[in-house]
Amino acid sequence: MDFKFTPEQEALREESTEFCGEEAKRAPEGWIGGLAAEETDEGWAYHRSVVEKVAAKGWLCLPWPEEYGGQGHGPIEQLIFNEVTAYYRVPAIPMHFMTVAAGILMYGTEGQKKEWLPKMARAEINWAEGLSEPNAGSDLAALTTTAVADGDDYVINGQKVWTSGAHRADHIFILARTDPNLPRHRGLTFFINRIGPGIEFRPLIFMNRSHLYNETFIDDFRVSRRNIIGKLNQGWYVMMAGRNFARANVSVAAGGKRDLEDLIKYCKQTQEGGEFLAKKPLIRQRLADFAIDYEAALKFAYYVCWLQSKGKDVAAEAAACGYYANELNLRLANTAMEIMGLYGTLKGGSKWAPLYGKFQDLSQWSSGFTIAGGTTEIRKNVIAWTGLGLPRD
Amino acid sequence: MNLDLTEEQEMLRRTARDFLAKEFPKTLVREMEEDPIGFRADIWKKMAELGWMGLIIPEEYDGSMGSFMDLLVLLEEMGRACLVSPFFSTAICTFPILDSGSEEQKRGFLPRIAAGEEILALALTEPAATYAAAGITTKAREDKKGCLINGTKLFVHDAQTAQHFLCIARTNFWSPPEEGITLFLVDAKSHGIRITPLPTIADDKQSEVLFDDVVVPGENMLGRLNGGWPVVRRLLERASVAKCAEMIGGTDWTVENCVAYAKERVQFGKPIGSFGIIQHYLAEMWTELGHARGLVYYAGWLLDQGFPCAREVAMAKARMSEVYRHCTRMGVQIFGGIGTTREHDMGLYYRRARQVLSLFGSPDFWREKVALEMRL
Ligand SMILES: Cc1cc2nc3c(=O)[nH]c(=O)nc-3n(C[C@H](O)[C@H](O)[C@H](O)COP(=O)(O)OP(=O)(O)OC[C@H]3O[C@@H](n4cnc5c(N)ncnc54)[C@H](O)[C@@H]3O)c2cc1C
Repeated sequence: MDFKFTPEQEALREESTEFCGEEAKRAPEGWIGGLAAEETDEGWAYHRSVVEKVAAKGWLCLPWPEEYGGQGHGPIEQLIFNEVTAYYRVPAIPMHFMTVAAGILMYGTEGQKKEWLPKMARAEINWAEGLSEPNAGSDLAALTTTAVADGDDYVINGQKVWTSGAHRADHIFILARTDPNLPRHRGLTFFINRIGPGIEFRPLIFMNRSHLYNETFIDDFRVSRRNIIGKLNQGWYVMMAGRNFARANVSVAAGGKRDLEDLIKYCKQTQEGGEFLAKKPLIRQRLADFAIDYEAALKFAYYVCWLQSKGKDVAAEAAACGYYANELNLRLANTAMEIMGLYGTLKGGSKWAPLYGKFQDLSQWSSGFTIAGGTTEIRKNVIAWTGLGLPRD
Repeated sequence: MNLDLTEEQEMLRRTARDFLAKEFPKTLVREMEEDPIGFRADIWKKMAELGWMGLIIPEEYDGSMGSFMDLLVLLEEMGRACLVSPFFSTAICTFPILDSGSEEQKRGFLPRIAAGEEILALALTEPAATYAAAGITTKAREDKKGCLINGTKLFVHDAQTAQHFLCIARTNFWSPPEEGITLFLVDAKSHGIRITPLPTIADDKQSEVLFDDVVVPGENMLGRLNGGWPVVRRLLERASVAKCAEMIGGTDWTVENCVAYAKERVQFGKPIGSFGIIQHYLAEMWTELGHARGLVYYAGWLLDQGFPCAREVAMAKARMSEVYRHCTRMGVQIFGGIGTTREHDMGLYYRRARQVLSLFGSPDFWREKVALEMRL
């Protein structure tokens, strides 16, 4: 067993750390990371400017083959890069980017790869994710949006929901039913396209008043056959290629670790009853416990990545990685608020709010991440079924 | 990065698992729990023949020069099997001899340890029951014949079988606590030693050991006079991570057996493993074990490399203890009524998890260390 990275990997860590350290200084006041990007024009401008620089360095697509603009690196390099960018809260790899990229790389035709990947590598595309529907959330295969062939096109009708970032997006990918007679998972097809006539977004406002999500109404939206990724009726597998990637992501833990460091700083600088919070035994215990949790979450993410780099199927491990870190972040946000007491409830606009009210905000956002992309419960089901071989019913 | 075990380690694991399954079934575990000695010489001899006692000993002293990680692999299997033996005590006492023994002491002890002829017990904790230097009040002072040791050691594992105690004593009362500690290898047959067994939740073999004017010849001092505390600290780091390895084994057994039972046990016409709540308990146990395991292996790797790792060791012991406790608690729950009986294996692990939680420092103790390492 050897936890050491190669000199090249260390170099990538150093170089990206330096880059992110610099870019982080330019972040808008009170910036909390990726999500904030879609929310305000200022955040979006910052997001775009960083992502373009990342693309120029070739870091947007580290694991792609070189012929498509990638660097031919493995999962471990990707892990290192994701860890660093998440830790600095630098917007490096846009939301949904990997879902599409993994799908195209694994299932796209040569022509599709040539058409889409270089554009993506240059960060020219902002994606919206059209998967969930009002009546198909955890049970995504229940979706009812349809796509019907019409000449060289498919005509798509239905409704999607939760479409994050769609109001900033120019392209969308949609999972739609192309054959209602096939078993549920088999009759679905994966479409990608520029957003155009027939697509309408309506904001779905998050509990903290921010606009990240949307409802998406699809009315006779035409997509050329050429833009089907993978085979007709095989869209489920295309989607899963990207999903598994997202689930094993180290970013969740790395970003949370940085939040913990902010909380620690606060506890070292803040007094209560003439004593620094960081000197109070109960608070020390809690902070140490979180430090242990984050270390465990990071090490586990490394482990999942290691398995992935060997080509192992990691559905259960990735699910464990995902739910653990997401639950951890939610717990951290809520504990931080508790430690801050009344101050912890203040929002960013107040001069009295510690850390720009970040933890009250995170307490809301994190409650979404134990749901997004597979709820904690679904992930535990995945572990039970695929990891432990327990009966499905 | 390479997070696989080596081929040799895989082989060691397989051999150990097979051997322990065959030679140390749970019936024998129970028998040993009742037995005042808690140790079977014939099995000990076979373990020595497999090279386990010499695993961490250099070749020049008849060992096989394994790494600390190798030891962890072996201990994991021992924890999985609930092995009752003085292996752990002997192994952790071997480290200080390796670290700071004279050539003569090494030649005197190591080949005998490797051959299974020498059992050691760590006489560290006292009635103060702490792992801080200040807790050590057992006194050693120079005498015509060598050193004279007086004091009470408590929670000494395997005292009843040991040939020598590694006794941690205070040799200077006028210095800061860490600077007045010295290590001695004390012949267990020495005049003035009195051993009283301590009944514990795990029925492991612990004793109170009284040192009453025990004479130790000068050549049995280990390392420098008053220079013992850094050696003890290193020993405690290794011992803690080594205990974590045993706990991984025990947790692994728990998860595996609970999963198997959940597939088999039928209620309401279905296996209980088809109920969502049981699935989620098991998924959580499996996830927690996976996360804690990473902490333990990482700390073990750092120890092997000789890198500083006070923080990582503290993290590993704090977390692994709690995961073991939690998983064994859930284990009893999943087995239902039968899991609470003396005959059922689950209880063996349940009781051990509660025993080792406090051993070498409780989670609170180690979290405070983490806090200190974070400069809180
Ligand atoms: C922050 C955020 C961002 C998102 N971004 C996108 C996006 O960009 N694009 C997109 O398409 N979708 C997106 N989603 C949607 C997300 O994928 C769904 O919300 C998620 O899959 C859960 O579906 P649901 O909300 O319909 O809840 P439901 O599936 O109705 O679940 C409700 C509750 O029932 C539980 N439950 C359901 N089935 C089971 C079961 N079999 N066993 C045990 N418990 C069960 C769930 O765990 C949950 O607690 C996003 C969601 C969030 C919160």
